Amino acid sequence: MDALLGEPWMISPSVALRPEPFGALAYHFGNRKLTFLKRPELVAVVQGLASAPDVRTALEHAGVPASQHAAYAAALRGLAATDMIRPRKGPDA
Amino acid sequence: MSTNLIEHPIGRPVRPQTGTLVQQFEYGLDAPICLTWELTYACNLECAHCLSSSGRRDPRELSTEQCKAVIDELQRMQVFYVNIGGGEPTIRPDFWELLEYAVDHQVGVKFSTNGVRITPERARFLAATDYVDVQISLDGATAEVNDYVRGPGSYDTALRALQNLKDAGFKEAKISVVCTRQNISQLDEFKALADRYGATLRLTRLRPSGRGADVWDELHPLPEQQRELYDWLMAHGEDVLTGDSFFHLAAFGESLPGLNLCGAGRVVCLIDPIGDVYACPFAIHDNFLAGNLLADGGFGRVWQTSPLFQDLRSPQTGGACTKCQFFDACRGGCMAAKFFTGLPLDGPDPECVQGYGEQALAGDRVIPAASQDHSKKTPTRNQPVMLQLLTRRPERPPVSACAESPLAGFDPTTL
Repeated sequence: MDALLGEPWMISPSVALRPEPFGALAYHFGNRKLTFLKRPELVAVVQGLASAPDVRTALEHAGVPASQHAAYAAALRGLAATDMIRPRKGPDA
Repeated sequence: MSTNLIEHPIGRPVRPQTGTLVQQFEYGLDAPICLTWELTYACNLECAHCLSSSGRRDPRELSTEQCKAVIDELQRMQVFYVNIGGGEPTIRPDFWELLEYAVDHQVGVKFSTNGVRITPERARFLAATDYVDVQISLDGATAEVNDYVRGPGSYDTALRALQNLKDAGFKEAKISVVCTRQNISQLDEFKALADRYGATLRLTRLRPSGRGADVWDELHPLPEQQRELYDWLMAHGEDVLTGDSFFHLAAFGESLPGLNLCGAGRVVCLIDPIGDVYACPFAIHDNFLAGNLLADGGFGRVWQTSPLFQDLRSPQTGGACTKCQFFDACRGGCMAAKFFTGLPLDGPDPECVQGYGEQALAGDRVIPAASQDHSKKTPTRNQPVMLQLLTRRPERPPVSACAESPLAGFDPTTL
C-alpha cells in the first residue's frame, strides 16, 4: 500500500475548488494549473484531507471503500505532482 | 437541494452521471473555464484579419465601474482567469487599474496586446505582479511577413515589447501567432524567436471571422501546409501552446494535446466591449449572441440561462460528418469557421483535412453579412497594404485618349 495513506496531507493554500456537476475544477493560483476532479468522492476526499489525521481517514470519511484506497492514492499522487495537494507539516502533523 | 436532482429546466438535456470529461464538457459547466473578454474595440492597428473588426471605440463600452462589477461577478463564479483582448486593451486609460482590480479579486489575467504600451516601466510593473500573463501578437517571424497583415512597424513594436519584458525579468511571456499561408514555413523561426526572449510560443488557427472573412481565401494555410503544421505540432507539441485551436487536424490521425472539442457556450465564451456575450471569441455575430450582461441580469445569468447556450449544450448532430471514420477525432471541426465561410454547421469544416471542406466550399454558399464593424472609416498610416508587387510590367505606357498623333498606339513590332 502507498505510504501516503498513513500520512497527514492537505489541499495547497493556493488552490481553489469550484464545484461542477461531475465533481470539481481545481485551480492553482501559483502555478496556474487547472485540474479536473472527476468524481464527487474525490472532491470530498481532497476537501477532507486537512481535517483528517491521515489520508486513509479522509478516504473513510468520504465513504471510499478500502478496496479502492490504492486507486485513490494513485489519483492523489497525481494531484500532488502539480502541488494541488501537499503533505501537511507542522505542530498538528 | 434534493429537488435539483429531479427538476430539470424544460428542454435541458439530462446530464449523464458518468462518461469522459469531454462528454461532460459537452453538457456545459456552471461557469466557463476559458473566458475571453474584449475590453475595447479601439485599436492602434488595423490588422487585415482582425477577428472583431476592431478599430474604433464603441461609445457604449463598459465603464470602469461596470467592468469592476463584472470582475466581482467572475470572482463569485470562480472564473479563475480571463483572457483579455480587444481591440488593443492597453489603450483603455483604465486598463492597468482593471488589471490590478482583477488580480486582487482572484481573477488572474492573461492579456493579448500588440505591445504598443509595454514600456520598460510597464514591463517592470507586470514582472512584479502575480497572476498576470502577457501575450504579444506576432504573425510573422520577419517584419516582411508580419507587417503584411498587421501593418507597418507592428513587428518592431512587438519585438520592443518582448525585449522590455525580458529586461524587466518577466518570465514566460507568450508570443501568439495566427498561422497563415505566409508564416507556416517560419515555425522553426518563431520557436527560435520565443527562445531568444525566454518566451513561450502559442500558435492559433486563422478564423474567417470579422475582417478575417475578407482575407481568409488568401491567408488560410493550404492543404499541404496543414500537414506541415500538424507534423510540426506533433514534434513540438509539448513546448508549444495552441489554445486547443487545431482540433480539426486530429483527423490526420493522432489527436493533438488538449480538449479536441468545440467549447463554444460549453466551457468557452466571449464578453465583448459593450457587454454582449457570445458563444466564442471567433463568433461575434448575432447568430451566436447569447445576451447582454447589462440588459439580461449579469454574466452568470446569461451563461446559465441563455437559450442559445442551452442549445449548444445539447448533443450536436454531426450531419454528413458522422459517416466519416475521423468524426470522433475532429467532431466536425470549428463552428465559427463553418459559419463565416457560409457552410452548414452540421457539415465539414472548411479546412477539413480529409478534403471534404474543399468540396463543400466549391458548392453553393452564401457568406453571412457581418453584424458589427468597428473598423476605422478612413485608412491610417498603420493600415496593412496587402499588395503583391507586379512581376510583369506592361511593355509600354497605355495610350491616352487625348493623344493626337495619327500614329498613337501604333507598334510596328506587332505587324
